[in-house]
Amino acid sequence: MKLESLEGQRAALDASEVSSVELVESALVRAEGAGADLGAIVGLRAEAALAAAAGSDARRRAGELRSPLEGAPVVLKDNMVQKGEPTTCASRILESFVSPYDGAMAERLEAAGAIILGRANMDEFAMGSTTENSTFGPARNPWDTSRTTGGSSGGSAVAVSAGITGFSLGSDTGGSIRQPASFCGVVGMKPTYGRVSRWGLVAFASSLDQIGPFTHSAREAAWVLEAIAGHDPRDSTSLPEPAPALESALTGDVKGLRIGLPREYFVDQGAEPGVVEAVRGAVSELESAGAKVVEVALPHTPYVVSTYYLVATAEASSNLARFDGVRYGRRAENVKDLDEMYRRSRSEGFGREVKRRILLGTYVLSAGYFDAYYRKAQQVRTLVRGDFDRAFEACDVIVGPTYPEVAFPIGARMDDPVSLYLGDIYTVSANLAGLPGISVPCGQHQGMPVGMQILGRPLDEATLLRVADAFQRRTDHHEHRPPGSP
Amino acid sequence: MSDNPLDRYEPVIGLEVHTHLKTESKLFSPAPVRYGDAPNHDVHPIDLGMPGVLPVLNEKVIGLAIRLGLATHSTVNTRSVFARKNYFYPDLPKGYQISQYEEPVVSDGWIEIEVPVKGSGKKRGAETVTKRIGVTRAHLEEDAGKSIHDVALSASEGTHIDLNRAGVPLLEIVSEPDLRSSVEASAYLRALRSILRYIEVSDADMEKGQFRCDANVSLRLRGSSEFGTRTEIKNLNSFANVEGAIEAEIVRQSEILDDGGEIQQATMGFDVNRQRTRILRLKENADDYRYFDDPDLIPLLIDEELIEVVRADLPELPEQKRERFEQEYGLPGETTAILVTSRRLADFFENCARACNAPKAAANWIARDLRQELNERNLAVDETRLEPDALASLIRLVEEGRLTTKSARELLPELVEAGGDPQAMMEERGLEAVSDTGMIDEWVTTVIGGNAAAVESVRGGDDKPLNFLMGQVMKAAGGKANPGEVRKRLVEMIRGDG
Repeated sequence: MKLESLEGQRAALDASEVSSVELVESALVRAEGAGADLGAIVGLRAEAALAAAAGSDARRRAGELRSPLEGAPVVLKDNMVQKGEPTTCASRILESFVSPYDGAMAERLEAAGAIILGRANMDEFAMGSTTENSTFGPARNPWDTSRTTGGSSGGSAVAVSAGITGFSLGSDTGGSIRQPASFCGVVGMKPTYGRVSRWGLVAFASSLDQIGPFTHSAREAAWVLEAIAGHDPRDSTSLPEPAPALESALTGDVKGLRIGLPREYFVDQGAEPGVVEAVRGAVSELESAGAKVVEVALPHTPYVVSTYYLVATAEASSNLARFDGVRYGRRAENVKDLDEMYRRSRSEGFGREVKRRILLGTYVLSAGYFDAYYRKAQQVRTLVRGDFDRAFEACDVIVGPTYPEVAFPIGARMDDPVSLYLGDIYTVSANLAGLPGISVPCGQHQGMPVGMQILGRPLDEATLLRVADAFQRRTDHHEHRPPGSP
Repeated sequence: MSDNPLDRYEPVIGLEVHTHLKTESKLFSPAPVRYGDAPNHDVHPIDLGMPGVLPVLNEKVIGLAIRLGLATHSTVNTRSVFARKNYFYPDLPKGYQISQYEEPVVSDGWIEIEVPVKGSGKKRGAETVTKRIGVTRAHLEEDAGKSIHDVALSASEGTHIDLNRAGVPLLEIVSEPDLRSSVEASAYLRALRSILRYIEVSDADMEKGQFRCDANVSLRLRGSSEFGTRTEIKNLNSFANVEGAIEAEIVRQSEILDDGGEIQQATMGFDVNRQRTRILRLKENADDYRYFDDPDLIPLLIDEELIEVVRADLPELPEQKRERFEQEYGLPGETTAILVTSRRLADFFENCARACNAPKAAANWIARDLRQELNERNLAVDETRLEPDALASLIRLVEEGRLTTKSARELLPELVEAGGDPQAMMEERGLEAVSDTGMIDEWVTTVIGGNAAAVESVRGGDDKPLNFLMGQVMKAAGGKANPGEVRKRLVEMIRGDG
């Protein structure tokens, strides 16, 4: 039995081959070993997790299973709060913060019987696509530890890729789940905006942030999404729809399904040839299963990266204003006045990338620049939504690479933020338009995993997962494990 | 040049009023709204700006905003949007205040105020005219917390933050620059406060900080139609301060203009002790609040049906009540103005008038005598032991001549403080006026005998000395003679037509 996957764990638990306590014990060992070496895990709650696992085992003996996640260990990206536990967002400014309340994910996972093991590394406040901007140091890619994991949810991707936990949660503001999933060879899904409650998710860019799962398979992603999705009255942007029934949608059948290939993704803004080749191979696989390929146009693609960075930084500059050293978190000492307290607490507490984005965001919201930048970006955002509305008249899903290249070496892009930003070209549109997207391993290039991104209509996670699952039924890319796997 | 700047300059004044809404909980959090609790007692993680919290609109405020809109003849916007006003201050937990900016919930209305006719001065009872003051807009926003700098108040040195008030729902109501004097400004505030209380949108208690005012003031030469440069006086927390600050600012600006200077756009503070305004900061270095729509909240959509439901439920407003009192009871404007200052006082009047069937007398008793008793005790009409029926029975005793006005006035303070039945009190204390003609004739005869000159004048057709003679009779009667009977007998006995 493959105990590193959620499905394997579920089967073993159901067959009484293993207990939740045993799963948690081995996950803790793995987290302290490989997890630490890979910079994936930044905090563990061993005692609480073991106690929760014992509770789960008791429920199982009583035949009271809460969900397919019952008894399975999970890690949360370190920007989702849990009562009594630290949440740092990988930032010095929150190094001492302990949450006084439970976030929606802690509650939902507990209600589903999952065991929260600890917290995963990330780019500070989810800003970055390498998990290098972390006060804990960089996360390392299990496939090649000299390479980045992608980000910002790099720790969560590694937790699944390296077999520490069977699933994990990340947050995706511009690709922060899908891109590290692609880099680390796992499934990563960003649901429709509003599908999963943001209550207790420390905000980066409120109109773009969405929580989603990392798993090995689309089927496992369906289980997790069923557990965490659904309306939450504490989040005004939460959609009223109840959690969808997803597993029943995984029929394996894609006959007649129309796959849209945006010409902009394959021609004008092309990815590395090796990446394109892997994605085209995956599309052929779906075609041979009965899907039809159509070309679609997303004409505003050249503007999505700049639009994204205007909206995201503007919102971030405001969202991060609360980290001021007044009520919690880091406060500079020996200050002579209020101004200096603010300046030094924030200067000492935030890292370079976060400061860069706060400055950018403050600038684009400033009087005199607002119309030229922020308002214009909102207008373009409407146009991008329009692109997708039209494209989805001709197709059911849109397929392309998740990222233009495979994982690159740690440190390679640290001094070139613009080239990093440009890499977000395929992922940010889903956030701007609020669409669901999933990255599925579809091959390798230079010995590193390649991810295929599938985008769907709003609230149509079922079709995304059906396509991803149909692909995985016919291929074994998701069964490849990095060196050193358990 | 005249000493009075108002001879040369016309003040142009607009007011921004912040009023706390009457809700159980805060605008975006479930924490209770209470006054006087221990610091940081009434807070939720949302009010503290904890990482990961999100605001959820308290739907109770929607009805309140609609009421305010309808009561001020404004448009209730079916779509309004919450925006973030970004600035750093320790008592602002999130680093931004959630407010409304480009799309407020209420816009384009007016209210009426009573202002003294020119030249009739500020005296009470002066002749007044009705003036319409534009309401530019009203928007929903959350209050900030309080910074406590006072060392005496706080346990140790430094600044302390109390976030009980953070997140309390407010309506900011902005007037057009239609006010032309400090008196008009305070009349507007009183009228607005009265409306807010009538429609139960706010208790608008200034002492509790539930009703705060900023005043925008500019001057222009009389006859000019262009506005001058304005200044904004912040945080005026009493009617006296509003008037004092505006008057002080008019003097300050007129002195600058008289010297040929220019007014600088500025935010002003009012020094109550010195009764002077001073510049807090110039607007040139204006704060840039970087407003943008709050992505954590969805637009506030109000459907027309709800507006009609609220409209149907809207109580009679002060101006409507006043008009009705004037028509229905034939009362003068000065009296109705007093009776409608609060819904409770107006209701008291109507109950009392109905019970004694003498609306004019009831109006006078309430607007004069009772109001004085209330003011002395700083009480609202429903905070006393006096019931409308009791006052009605007191008035009836006077109307029937069984109790003199003087005796009735003596009973009133006790009725206010302890309650009771006026008739029983009268009988118990032997205050009933004497109507026995034999007794009255005896007193009248004595007085006629001792006041020949006055009697002569009355006999000659002059009624004026009658009051004097009446006073003498009442004195002889120890104040207990039925005044109607006394007057009748005096006239009969002097003029001999009886």
